[in-house]
Amino acid sequence: MSEARHPSRAGRLTASPAIIMLFAWMIVPLVMTLYFSTQYYNLLYPGKTKFVGLENFTYFFTYPSFLTSLVNTLLLVGSVLVITVVLGVLISVLVDARFPGQGIVRMLLISPFFIMPTVSALVWKNLLMNPVSGLFAWLFQLVGLTPINWFSDWPLLSIILIVAWEWLPFAILIFVTSLQSMDQEQKEAAQMDGATPVAVFRHLTLPHLARPIAVVVMVESIFLLNIFAEIFTTTGGGPGDATTNLPFLIFTQALLEFDVGAASAGGLVAVVLANLVAVFLIRLIGKSLTEA
Amino acid sequence: MKRMYPVVTSLVGLGLLFGAGAAGAATTLTIGTVNNGDMVRMQSLAKVYEDRHPDVLLNWLVLDENTLRQRLTTDITTGGGQFDIITIGAYEAPMWGRQKWLMPLESFSPTYDVDDLMPNVRKQLSVDGTLYALPFYSEGSITYFRKDLFAAKGLNMPAEPTWSEIRGFAEKLHDPAHGMYGICLRGKAGWGENIAIITTVVNAYGGRWFDEKWEPQLDTPEWHQAVNFYVDLLSTFGPPGPSSNGFNENLTLFNAGKCAMWVDASVAGAFVTDKTQSLVPDKVGFVKAPRAVTDKGSSWLWTWSLAVPASSRQKQAAFEFIQWATSKEYGDLVAQRYGISAMPPGTRLSTYTNPDYLANTPFARVTQEAIQTANPDSPTLKPVPYTGVQFATIPEFQAIGSMVGRQISGALAGFGRVDEVLHTSQGAARRTMKRAGYYDTK
Repeated sequence: MSEARHPSRAGRLTASPAIIMLFAWMIVPLVMTLYFSTQYYNLLYPGKTKFVGLENFTYFFTYPSFLTSLVNTLLLVGSVLVITVVLGVLISVLVDARFPGQGIVRMLLISPFFIMPTVSALVWKNLLMNPVSGLFAWLFQLVGLTPINWFSDWPLLSIILIVAWEWLPFAILIFVTSLQSMDQEQKEAAQMDGATPVAVFRHLTLPHLARPIAVVVMVESIFLLNIFAEIFTTTGGGPGDATTNLPFLIFTQALLEFDVGAASAGGLVAVVLANLVAVFLIRLIGKSLTEA
Repeated sequence: MKRMYPVVTSLVGLGLLFGAGAAGAATTLTIGTVNNGDMVRMQSLAKVYEDRHPDVLLNWLVLDENTLRQRLTTDITTGGGQFDIITIGAYEAPMWGRQKWLMPLESFSPTYDVDDLMPNVRKQLSVDGTLYALPFYSEGSITYFRKDLFAAKGLNMPAEPTWSEIRGFAEKLHDPAHGMYGICLRGKAGWGENIAIITTVVNAYGGRWFDEKWEPQLDTPEWHQAVNFYVDLLSTFGPPGPSSNGFNENLTLFNAGKCAMWVDASVAGAFVTDKTQSLVPDKVGFVKAPRAVTDKGSSWLWTWSLAVPASSRQKQAAFEFIQWATSKEYGDLVAQRYGISAMPPGTRLSTYTNPDYLANTPFARVTQEAIQTANPDSPTLKPVPYTGVQFATIPEFQAIGSMVGRQISGALAGFGRVDEVLHTSQGAARRTMKRAGYYDTK
């Protein structure tokens, strides 16, 4: 172990090209973004490019959609996390008990994760949630209710449902795997002592799952902060700003308004936000992890 | 005017990769175009051109409007030189021409009748009298209505309806229980979607985008009146969820016989009367776009055109192709293959003196009038510093138009009130203009 921690000079030398490459790979785009974020740079107005200091940031922060998009980003991440963790734990415990066809059921549960976001968004938009021809509309009409106009009346909820459906399998995958490593003898002993299933779940299963839950929360939040394809294909950020999150807002700045400066500033804001969320999560969950 | 699908984009990207590799001995022209019906037709008819020019190889890149605009803009502004021929609109052509990003079009071939191009359309594509793009087809906005429904209720559509008359008709014809909606209008956010129709309503109510000092006018009584009217009309008598309907969605609704009226681009005339795609091909009437206090700017003017980027390495060959694709000869070819009504509308005067075309195209006169009466140089009741009827030909307009379009589509869906939304938009529009240096120079 100690050898690995203190590599020889030759070792360091041979590793350096890779490290320099990786460093450049990371630093070049970041520096370019930093540079562009200080410029007034509209693609359509090449003659006007000039240094403007921090104006792009104030412009981005005071953009009418900015606050909404920040709230939407957090709502989206938060709700999907809650849904996937709660349902994920419940479903994993359910399919953990032995029953015929268990393998197939587990496979079906996990399969949505392997569908491309664009494809699943299109399927939800056109086959399930369409207010005229969708499956949900048909079900509603079957029982005599007016179909819900999902993407107009409940736009953010619709996106949350789609994203949660995509990420629930990931949570289940982690939880099921983790449950398999649970100490069965301990569980049986508790049951012999007369513990109810609820008590077993509460005092044995949940503590056992604390670590995987932390993993799921951290991995998912990293990806959920970047949700874009689902919004792009279903609502296009609307109606109004109802489903505009930070990545989508940056997209509108860069590719609908061709404002490279403001988009770069927005990109940096998003980087900071992601780091804030990460630090916050690590503090919060890391603590509960060490305690557990 | 379509939404974009990343899948298509990436597929096309792949296609381009392989396509570029396949280029051989001949002159290869890379053409970026939009996936509207008429351009897709051009792609198949171009075989005729290739047969006649064995040394020319055409390499097509067909994208939806938004994606195409992104690709073209990033390519042309960075001098990428990917394209030899591009499809752009009345918004881009003069701006890009002025920036010298496009090849000035002079010394036409003797058979190409430049003077046959409609003067209004020509003006849209020129800078200081020099053409920078050739018009492929052109459109105004007109009112479509169902003659059968109007007759059944004993209603009479005037040749020059007002918006309040339209509202009265919508009220009488709106019957959602039977899947019939009083009026269909664009509600989807975008400067090329809902803002196009909203601007014409605002113009009709006497409003404008900017005053002579480039101050945005979004918080004026005209705007409040017009946008409140539009939101009320569409949310009361429109189809469910109008905030997600753009041109194509409304076309589908109208062709399915679900809209009693529809105000949109005249180019849809060829589709709603096409028996293969419309359920109501012989029941549609065409009149002018509605007016209100004025008819100035109540109909928009848009031209899809072909241009040659300055960065192209095959300028002469590209110029020859765009002359062919916008020629009379091409129009005749379309008429031969697809019927006379399918000829590219709104670009050539000769089309509208062709008795055969006029006899077989019920929307010809209205289209011609809409295009000829629209005046991009003086689009509104009060004077404006910009050109363009349903947009302002300044680079900042994309940002402002997209933002305002998003805000109003939100108000249409019930997220926020019109008055608040316009107030917010005014502030944001002013910020964008200020940032671009419109106020502090003098």
